[in-house]
Amino acid sequence: MALNMLERQKSELETGDIALEVKNVSKSFDGKKVVKDVSVGVRKGSITSFIGPNGAGKSTLISMMSRLMGHDSGEVLIEGKPIKSYKSDELAKKVSILKQANNINIRLTVRELVSFGRFPHSRNRLSKADWGFVENAIDYMELRDMQDKYLDQLSGGQKQRAFIAMVLAQDTDYIILDEPLNNLDMKHSVSIMKTLRKLCDDLGKTILIVVHDINFASCYSDDIIAMKDGELAAQGHCHEIINPTTLKKIYDMDIGIEEVNCNKICVYFT
Amino acid sequence: MQRKTKWIFTILIILSISLIATFLFIGLTPTGWDYALPRRGRSVAAIIIVGSAIAFSTLIFQTITNNRILTPSIIGLDSLYMLIQTALVFFFGTLGLVFFSPEANFLMSIVFMVLFALLLYALLFRGEQQNIYFLLLVGIVFGTLFGSLSTFMQVLIDPNEFQSIQNRMFASFSNINVDLLWLSIIILLLTLLYVFPYLKYLDTLALGRDHAVNLGIPYDKVIRRFLVVIAIMVSVSTALVGPIMFLGLLVVNVAREMLPTFRHSTLAIGSILVSIVALVGGTLLVERVFAFSAPLSVFINFIGGAYFIYLLLRGTKN
Repeated sequence: MALNMLERQKSELETGDIALEVKNVSKSFDGKKVVKDVSVGVRKGSITSFIGPNGAGKSTLISMMSRLMGHDSGEVLIEGKPIKSYKSDELAKKVSILKQANNINIRLTVRELVSFGRFPHSRNRLSKADWGFVENAIDYMELRDMQDKYLDQLSGGQKQRAFIAMVLAQDTDYIILDEPLNNLDMKHSVSIMKTLRKLCDDLGKTILIVVHDINFASCYSDDIIAMKDGELAAQGHCHEIINPTTLKKIYDMDIGIEEVNCNKICVYFT
Repeated sequence: MQRKTKWIFTILIILSISLIATFLFIGLTPTGWDYALPRRGRSVAAIIIVGSAIAFSTLIFQTITNNRILTPSIIGLDSLYMLIQTALVFFFGTLGLVFFSPEANFLMSIVFMVLFALLLYALLFRGEQQNIYFLLLVGIVFGTLFGSLSTFMQVLIDPNEFQSIQNRMFASFSNINVDLLWLSIIILLLTLLYVFPYLKYLDTLALGRDHAVNLGIPYDKVIRRFLVVIAIMVSVSTALVGPIMFLGLLVVNVAREMLPTFRHSTLAIGSILVSIVALVGGTLLVERVFAFSAPLSVFINFIGGAYFIYLLLRGTKN
């Protein structure tokens, strides 16, 4: 599959260029501004973590970046073109999003769910190549031995992995995940972050994730975008953000930083 | 297709064909042949049309609302039909029913019901936060309003005039207007043509809005079109035989129980077959066993209601 993916046409953008961008976007719900005039860009071929306290507007921001939500003002640009200029089926081959709460009302097996990821490419008739993507996504998420189980028979974490597998099967250049580590144990959290790292490094995918555990952001991402009260609190390379001063500004907490195996680990237990 | 599915389809097809044959030929004498057969044929045609329209519209309604215990009657479509009929008699007297030809009445009801569905949609989807549950809630309120208005007018009018409305309050397959039958077939075929390119979205729509949007479905457009289609199908079947929307809930859920799949292609065929079996069987029961002592909708509502309670009770256990 890896080859398959590489053979596909590369977009004209070089790794490192700004590929996904919002300019002065705002969003209010019932008169309350949740995102206030935010402008940020995400580099192609990188993992960007969105961090910040609860209610900072991270989820709203990435929902707007992925068209799940419209924006009140400003612009959302994907590879330089406004998101509204894309047709919805084209966009589904380019950008995928997984929200944090995933409840579905129909009875599906893991395999059936993952195969929905191919819908933008082949509608309901999956080709052999499509099934290849499905198989690979199942293996990536270590779901092989439960692929024929129904979703309602799985634990929260296993379900979460099945949904991530669906997004992987969708095989888009941009993958947006809203708290993908929810419900996951340490082993699977780490393995998902490693998988994302691999997708990014080997296949040039651009990945945006919302994470709550700052150490996952610190150890696995290239860039960090920090939000606070609907505004941009900080943005930059991972190592520029992970320092006590910036973190204090974001979280209003004293956070110590230790270096372990060349990784910066934040110690926030006070 | 799975083997079990094939089996179930075969059984349902055999069952519906034999029920239809029974319905057509039971008690026929050579002398009554010419008179009875065309009449019965019309009833069977109406049953197939109405059964399919109700089953299909309920199935897609449940899919777009992501809820399997709803029917389109919840947004007040069939109470609107009754209101239109009552208003006609209220304002024009029994003359109203004569003055407007059945075709005009039929088309007018359809137009009003589709407009109402679009109004509901426009009202709720003009803002950003599209909430399908809000649509349902407003629909329920409107449905109750229409029902109360109808009752209000019904108590005011002449008892003789009330009788002409009463005939339309209960579903009946025994007196079908041939011209309306043809009109219904044409309208439904056009509707099918209109919705056909969107049918491929149904399986994915069942995953809910966020996943559907992620997978590239133009959600708002698709929902709007399905609502129009549902409104047309409900109005055609209600105008043809009267309100029997509860049937949809029953047949779609029976089909879901029998066919363990999420594929709408399979579910739609299954629901339509169950619907035909239920309607032909029900009509036979009403005409032959109970000798017209109760209207068909009484049986459907009774069985449907019992099944609904069963669904709710089982739902709370899980």
